[in-house]
Amino acid sequence: MTKLGKLTLTAALAAAAATFGLAGPAAAEFPEKPVNYIIPFGAGGESDITARFQEPFFKEKFGQNLVISYKPGGGGAVAWAQLNKMPGDGYTIMGTNLPHIVVQPLQKDVGFTTDDLVNIYIFHYTPDAIVVNEDSQFKTLQDLIDYAKENPGKTTFSGSGKGTANHLAQVRFDDLAGIKTTYVPFKGTGAAATALLGKQVVAEWGYTTVPAKYQGMRLLAVAMEERHPKYPDVPTFKELGFDLVSGAYRGIAVPGSTPEDIRQKLADMIDEINNDQRFIDRMIDGGFAVTNVRYGPDLDAFMEKAKKDFAAAAKAADVIK
Amino acid sequence: MLPGIDFLFTALTPFHIALALGGVIAGTVIGALPGLTATMAIAVLVPLTFYMPPASALILMGAIYTGAIYGGAYAAILLNTPGTPSAIATTFDGFPMAKRGDGDLAVTLACLASVTGGFIGAAFLLGLAPPLARVALAFGPVEYFWLALFGLTLISALSEGSLMKGLIGGCFGLLLACIGVAEVSSDIRFTFGSQTLLGGIEIVSALIGLYCVPVLIDMVATPARHLQVSGESRGFRLNEALRISLKSKLNLIRSSVVGTLVGILPGAGGSIAGLVAYSEARRTSKRRERFGTGEPEGIQATESANNATVGGGFIPTLVLGIPGTPPDAVILGALLVQGVRTGPHLFTAGEGSIVYTFIYGLFLATALMLPTGLLIGRYAYRTIVTVPKALLVPTIAFMTVIGTFAIRNNVSDVAIMIILGVMGWTLNRFGFRPSPIVLGLILSSIAEQGFVQGWTIGAATENLMGMFFGRPIAIAIIAFMLLSLFYPLIARRLRFNREEAGAK
Repeated sequence: MTKLGKLTLTAALAAAAATFGLAGPAAAEFPEKPVNYIIPFGAGGESDITARFQEPFFKEKFGQNLVISYKPGGGGAVAWAQLNKMPGDGYTIMGTNLPHIVVQPLQKDVGFTTDDLVNIYIFHYTPDAIVVNEDSQFKTLQDLIDYAKENPGKTTFSGSGKGTANHLAQVRFDDLAGIKTTYVPFKGTGAAATALLGKQVVAEWGYTTVPAKYQGMRLLAVAMEERHPKYPDVPTFKELGFDLVSGAYRGIAVPGSTPEDIRQKLADMIDEINNDQRFIDRMIDGGFAVTNVRYGPDLDAFMEKAKKDFAAAAKAADVIK
Repeated sequence: MLPGIDFLFTALTPFHIALALGGVIAGTVIGALPGLTATMAIAVLVPLTFYMPPASALILMGAIYTGAIYGGAYAAILLNTPGTPSAIATTFDGFPMAKRGDGDLAVTLACLASVTGGFIGAAFLLGLAPPLARVALAFGPVEYFWLALFGLTLISALSEGSLMKGLIGGCFGLLLACIGVAEVSSDIRFTFGSQTLLGGIEIVSALIGLYCVPVLIDMVATPARHLQVSGESRGFRLNEALRISLKSKLNLIRSSVVGTLVGILPGAGGSIAGLVAYSEARRTSKRRERFGTGEPEGIQATESANNATVGGGFIPTLVLGIPGTPPDAVILGALLVQGVRTGPHLFTAGEGSIVYTFIYGLFLATALMLPTGLLIGRYAYRTIVTVPKALLVPTIAFMTVIGTFAIRNNVSDVAIMIILGVMGWTLNRFGFRPSPIVLGLILSSIAEQGFVQGWTIGAATENLMGMFFGRPIAIAIIAFMLLSLFYPLIARRLRFNREEAGAK
């Protein structure tokens, strides 16, 4: 390359940099250093695992590390209550979970309200599903409904916690199907799945992730709009005539002081990861369902609906007054 | 023929040996510092697994885990502070031994016991993992409930002096555990409107507060040295330790088996393994009345049992995808991200490369723990004994604060730790020991969950009595519990009868 050529190139690069620079001086360089990603639960849970799925893509696409740390306590409430006091420079982001952030503030003063949290993206959900052991007497959802009708209250479901997606789904489904079943709360999805495998209960209100993780289980129906690509043979509740689409949604929030352009930028970044086919494949293989609810009107509408639906379900479940 | 023996050589590459060595050393140091746990260390290292073959990453994580469980013994023996919940029962006899000048011997004994436990746990993992994984499933809510009650009966054994004070302490612990958001019912209890209490009392920070802070206060309040020192250097006292270990080989093996089995139970963990092994060792020992005053068998039982939980915990993790212990949950998550699906198929010849390489790596790490553990242990002992109090106290105090904060990245936990510490010191003046309180704190949620779930299922199926008293494993645990409780009475009765018969 000639000297002139080099100069032109440098000039062109400078011009390009200036153009992009004008578009948004702060956002153009973001991120300049590693981004802290706080998970409000312990290590090894599903919030952690999906964050770990995002981590390598973040590094690959944006050249900075996504540093995952944990701040468990109070079912996530301890971390969410502190989020808005953290620096809003875009280098602190936090995982959020639904229905938790809707139900908890309605139960008691937990130090935050649902509207306090600035979500910038809801990137996936784990759809609710009825899980049984491979050798279970229930071959279809109808088998289970018939059994529950003959034995009111005796059909025991394990599930993760109370006031959770699993619990609310159980209450809603009982109502929709006109049956009465018993919900047994366990500490997390792992313990609920263990109880099912050990035949302590006859079925589990779990998620589509459960059979992807544990051996020897079947799904009877999934609470999704369409069938899950990993389980093409499992019907949705909708197909079977029950209007149930629900699950545990996971998003990312930033401190309230984070400037608008950084919020947009972060939402773009998460969006880019979410649209990477390799990421989608990994998520689907793990039994998750990717959602692309982005910061802006989409997310506002999503949250409004979520607040209404989950609050109503929690009331029906007697979790809130 | 050992299963997957071909992979022994895959495990023994220089790279893996270096990983295992580094992991054990790092783990031992981390475990020794109160508050820093194996779970945390492994979570920090998860990103490394993206750049490493899965088997190598597993070896590193397994080595750190093994080392950290052993490292917990140092703080337990030398500072009366369990570095991890697994080491609670190590303090019972470890600290009294250190007090009378045998800290070096106690550390060496702990090292030998940990290596034995580690080997036995890993051997079960290697040979019997798929069938043993069923144990994890056989344990339902009711069994956990009874197991937790069994653990609580230990209060009677641990109450030096007044049983009543022990029971009061235990109840206090049970109540403390209720603070915060209830695990299964999501009720918010005893927070008095305070958000600081919302997260509840974190167990490790409570351990640090109740055990370590009173030791620190006493170190400041009394002019005497923290630990007795002997005039001359006695080395590792390895021969002496080996002799004691050989004598109580039965205790070591039994405790390791107990540790492996309890490790398989996902809801139990190292703390219960150590306590059950301690209780069994005490019940069967000829020197039972010396337990709690510096009896080597107590240390051996706990330390072999808690290291056996490492191998035991991996059994349900790898076979069922159910993490046996908290560090296992992190390792399982890392495996999932790697795309490794757990299941019995991992133990079949075709797909065994990762698992068998890992298991042999675990053996390797356990073997390396012997020399490194002895060396680090000796160094730790020397440091604690020779460093002047003026330096030792602030250093430890600083570490307890950092460690407590690091558990949940939460300042409230530090405040709670200090308050509990001052409370613990005061209560100690009145004869309330920390162990019953901690026992109540740890076992409370296990007992509560088991009871609520067992009751819900029992009531739904209209079989409450059968639920709680009709299941074989539950009956066995109840029997052991009664035996432990009344053994002293029964033993006295038997002896009395024999003497009676002899007199006639």
